[in-house]
Amino acid sequence: MSGDEKLPGGHEPEPWLEPGHTYASVTDKISSVVLTRPLGIGWLLGFAFLFGIVMVLNLAIGWLITKGVGIWGINIPIGWGFAIVNFVWWIGIGHAGTLISAILYLLNQKWRTSINRFAEAMTLFAVACAGLFPLIHTGRPWMAYYMFPYPSTMGIWPQFRSPLIWDVFAVSTYGTVSLMFWFVGLLPDLATLRDRAKTRWQQVIFGALSMGWRGSARHWHRYQSAYLLLAGLATPLVLSVHTVVSFDFAVGIVPGWHTTIFPPYFVAGAIYSGFAMVLTLAIPMRKAYGLEGFITLRHLEQMAKVMLATGLIVAYGYFIEFFMAFYSGNKFDVFLAKQRLHGPYAPFYYALILCNILTPQLLWFKKVRRNIPALFVMSLIINLGMWLERFVIVVISLTRDFMPSAWGRYSATVWDYATFVGTLGLFTMLIFLFVRGLPAIAISEMRELVHQDSHGNEGHS
Amino acid sequence: MSERRSQLFGVMGEFSTPEDLLAATKKAREAGYKHVEAYTPFPVEGLSEAVGFKWTAVPLLTLIGGVGGGLTGFGLQYWVAAIAYPINIAGRPYNSWPAFIPVTFELTVLGASIFAVFSMLALNKLPQPYHPVFNVERFSQASTDKFFLCIEARDPKFDLAETSRFLQSLHAQHVNEVKDEE
Repeated sequence: MSGDEKLPGGHEPEPWLEPGHTYASVTDKISSVVLTRPLGIGWLLGFAFLFGIVMVLNLAIGWLITKGVGIWGINIPIGWGFAIVNFVWWIGIGHAGTLISAILYLLNQKWRTSINRFAEAMTLFAVACAGLFPLIHTGRPWMAYYMFPYPSTMGIWPQFRSPLIWDVFAVSTYGTVSLMFWFVGLLPDLATLRDRAKTRWQQVIFGALSMGWRGSARHWHRYQSAYLLLAGLATPLVLSVHTVVSFDFAVGIVPGWHTTIFPPYFVAGAIYSGFAMVLTLAIPMRKAYGLEGFITLRHLEQMAKVMLATGLIVAYGYFIEFFMAFYSGNKFDVFLAKQRLHGPYAPFYYALILCNILTPQLLWFKKVRRNIPALFVMSLIINLGMWLERFVIVVISLTRDFMPSAWGRYSATVWDYATFVGTLGLFTMLIFLFVRGLPAIAISEMRELVHQDSHGNEGHS
Repeated sequence: MSERRSQLFGVMGEFSTPEDLLAATKKAREAGYKHVEAYTPFPVEGLSEAVGFKWTAVPLLTLIGGVGGGLTGFGLQYWVAAIAYPINIAGRPYNSWPAFIPVTFELTVLGASIFAVFSMLALNKLPQPYHPVFNVERFSQASTDKFFLCIEARDPKFDLAETSRFLQSLHAQHVNEVKDEE
């Protein structure tokens, strides 16, 4: 579906870019959001509100550091709670950004061009929010450096057979590589902003960030080589990250966790929630900044299709979990499967099925895929559903362990909610800053798209 | 500026389409110019070959970074788990290599990515805040919608009048001298 082919019936597919755009017009349109557009009252009010929420996050973390993790709802046996639910949820959201920027790049999918930049930004901010949770969950975040191998005076070293240490390496590598990938993609656009900057401080900032990029043929040659290699490296990386996250569960012997379906089903779930988040962000953004000509209805429809496909993989994962529980005949697994349906947390499980499996089936209909309000609502539902999935996995298994004497109950406290809502505010605030501070769509890639469109689509993306 | 000694860096012609620039670049090379450079707002297929640039060390350095990262990753874990701090975990061997694969993999990717990015920057000699081509006023369009060909003065065949005429004969819209201030 690179946009080159004719649809059955012989008519041309809709273009990925509104017709009539030139190199200069795409450059103007995208760079003006950063360089010349005044800050509107809507942006300022939104930013002030989000800043307030980030202060709530600061308060929650400050109180946590003062009092310890006891202010949360976690207990024994439920030692993980919201912190790990939120960690897995956030890191999953990041995965769509890498999928769009790396995997769709390798597959020559033209529709990635207008959404890759802000999807990558979304990845970075989501990874930042994700990383916060295990850090503060340690209880003494100022000791977190113990997890890295360094020659300590105590003579001890990390335990490399533990999935939790794998996680440290996977998430920190993912964060680093995503940041580099994003920066390399931004480099030519920073040079564009430098050349078009009107004020002195814009010239200094973008001049420094663009590092003297000149766009010479030799520059581009090495640039494209590095970009392609990064895409090739990020592709297995993104699959490995959620696989390692799933190992945190699957390597343990806890019923409901100890299954081999976890890695693929976690990766699919990550991409599912990530695309939902891309839609949640793209739909208001294209409207607010008049980018409908770049992020077209066809883009939204394409993302809806990816959600439908990954949603079905996730549904298959839920089914296999059940099937294997009964097929294995392991009485703890069977018991846990029944607990999901009849236990104290059954309403969460049914809500999860409703959000993640039933609602997205509406995406089979083209009318729904092209209905923007419906897509927006559905993206929120899927985000909620994926959060519930992680809640079900973490809480039901830990509250129904092997021995009834070890069973427990979990309920989150106001500090759990404050921390979670706080990261939502942090994430959105960073997106607000990003949209006004850096080009939210890759300008040089859009110029390339204009070039290809004017030459009968013979090029690669 | 006037007290500073300024010397000639080259002559630059401006084109409005990538096809014109590509054709002009090929003609300049055919005419015997060696030190030519083309500047474009997006990558143009075939242009780096046209300026005579065929091979870049970025992939090789990326491979070296990846292999180095992987060896470091496995070596670190082996050394920690088997030599520096051996602990018996559920009777597994000290060198329990399957458990070391995830970290080895992550460090392979990390090493390769760091080498890919930094070798690209280093070979492009970035960061480089000053370059003579920025002295041409119209060059700011090179990051928007104009395409430039610069024939550099160090080229043995370079002659200011002759080379400028040559660029005009290729239908360059504007031909500018590029000054280098020392």
